[in-house]
Amino acid sequence: MALKDLFTKNQTKKKKYATIPTEAAKQDVPEGIMTKCPSCKKIMYTKELLKNHKVCLHCQHHFQMNAGERIESFIDEGSFEEINENMISKNPLQFPGYLEKLEKDRQKSKLNEAIVTGIGTVGGCKVVVAIMDASFRMGSMGSVVGEKITLAIEKADELSVPFIIFTASGGARMQEGAISLMQMAKTSVALKKFSNNGGLIISIMTHPTTGGVSASFASLGDYNFAEPEALIGFAGRRVIEQSIREKLPEDFQTAEFLLKHGQLDAIISRLDLAEKIANILEIHQPGGEITW
Amino acid sequence: MVGELEFERPLIELRKKIAELKEFTLNTDVDLSSEISKLEARLVKLEQDIYENIKPWDRVQIARHPNRPTTLDYISYLFEDFFECHGDRRFADDEAIVGGIAKFKGLPVTVIGHQRGKDTKENIRRNFGMPHPEGYRKAIRLMHQADKFKRPIICFIDTKGAYPGKAAEERGQSEAIAHNLFEMAGLKVPVICVVIGEGGSGGALGLGVGNRIYMLENSTYSVISPEGAAAILWKDAAQAKRAAETMRITAPDLKELGIIDEIIPEIKGGAHRDVKKQAEQIEHTLLATLKELLKLSPEELVEDRYNRFRTIGEFDFINEYAGVK
Ligand SMILES: [Zn+2]
Repeated sequence: MALKDLFTKNQTKKKKYATIPTEAAKQDVPEGIMTKCPSCKKIMYTKELLKNHKVCLHCQHHFQMNAGERIESFIDEGSFEEINENMISKNPLQFPGYLEKLEKDRQKSKLNEAIVTGIGTVGGCKVVVAIMDASFRMGSMGSVVGEKITLAIEKADELSVPFIIFTASGGARMQEGAISLMQMAKTSVALKKFSNNGGLIISIMTHPTTGGVSASFASLGDYNFAEPEALIGFAGRRVIEQSIREKLPEDFQTAEFLLKHGQLDAIISRLDLAEKIANILEIHQPGGEITW
Repeated sequence: MVGELEFERPLIELRKKIAELKEFTLNTDVDLSSEISKLEARLVKLEQDIYENIKPWDRVQIARHPNRPTTLDYISYLFEDFFECHGDRRFADDEAIVGGIAKFKGLPVTVIGHQRGKDTKENIRRNFGMPHPEGYRKAIRLMHQADKFKRPIICFIDTKGAYPGKAAEERGQSEAIAHNLFEMAGLKVPVICVVIGEGGSGGALGLGVGNRIYMLENSTYSVISPEGAAAILWKDAAQAKRAAETMRITAPDLKELGIIDEIIPEIKGGAHRDVKKQAEQIEHTLLATLKELLKLSPEELVEDRYNRFRTIGEFDFINEYAGVK
């Protein structure tokens, strides 16, 4: 068999594979004209779903959003200016295959890392915003994520404007070992400094927010909010079930579970999010002279 | 009428009689207008007599009236853009206390208060307005937040008391209340407390260390419920009425004792007759107090609150030491 033939054959095989998507892939097709809701199984126009901030038109299920979609949905139109967009990860532990995985995710997500940071306005109020993107390395936090968050906090401090973070992360990035772990501390000490200077911190936890991210900046807002039904927790469900030898309740580690257990100020639907956050920002605007 | 009160019964009967006579004249040719106006004059006098001589026990009944306006009722009339914040970030969200951020005539404030339910279902959810430790911990969390962002704090007090229960003790009911007293002392923003219903002991005081403390005319504030006091003093909870009179728990009593700053007048018959009007009365007081307190520096506010409580207490000195030498 000629080398050329082999190539063609492979290509055909690949193509064939791509035309038979798995059940899971079918439920999660973001491209294409129609999208099926993984929660209520109803099918709707993708265009309409996007227009509805990726909230199911039938059951209000909140689809995961990438950073670009979030900016479009949340930040005042045309006001967003990205900062530190060119920062990329190194391979500090010489972890086998890490750089290749990063490169693959760069291609796939069109992002340099698992977070986008920048300056914009919400309801006319200037803010610094950091948006994690779970499509890049599951939104895990290594040096770059930690550094970009820290720089964003410092920018908010410098400009004396609120800092808003959208979290979506599987936790610390294993391939950077203890350096990843220390990003939890780095972002936290930066937040404390900002807070001591009177800075307003708003955390909005989206699906999923777990591990080292939930155990650091995600939980350190003056206001901690979450989107409906978002998975939020420290340890994974299976790890807990194995360690306590018990089946956990259905709603365990959902936003609703956290609200009941005192961890959230409120759950806010994405459809109301920009308006409600704008309202809170307005209440925190400095200098409104009262003339009674 | 729903929730009619014992002491109002003569009024209710007289009103009924007048209504009957009016009905009668409509259906017959008999002219009873002079009788009716006589009775109406009597009604005015009787109302005056009754409402100007409200006994302590009657006030207890008004304070416990099922339709008495709650914290959330007043919030809806007094503030704009109220956003409720939940949770103590420790254990749970205790719905016996509500709190959040809002604007009062354009000024950002933090509002916190005990919250009773309007019906059985809501009362179960809110534990009849009797908080667990997590309620007090939510409250102090929101007060610290107000302190950070330099917002005045307004507290509405309305509870039979902190919940006496096993779980509450396990999680440190005493520590939670004590911590609030301690931390409220250090707040660098104005703190205004208004007792709107029952001020039940430490459970009330846990939201009560303010620069100014006001009481609605028919609210109560006491170290123990009249029933509890009667049970201890006379081994008979049925003597609650007597205890209510002895213990000096009404707004006029507390004003006289120098524990509260002012009484906020209630409309005739109690706040439940007209929430909107009652809210207006509270609004006057809040406005005047904020104008006054906002002139103080953070240090002056802390000092003012310190003095407010430091001076409470009654004692004498005698010249000779009578004890063991
Ligand atoms: Zn759906």
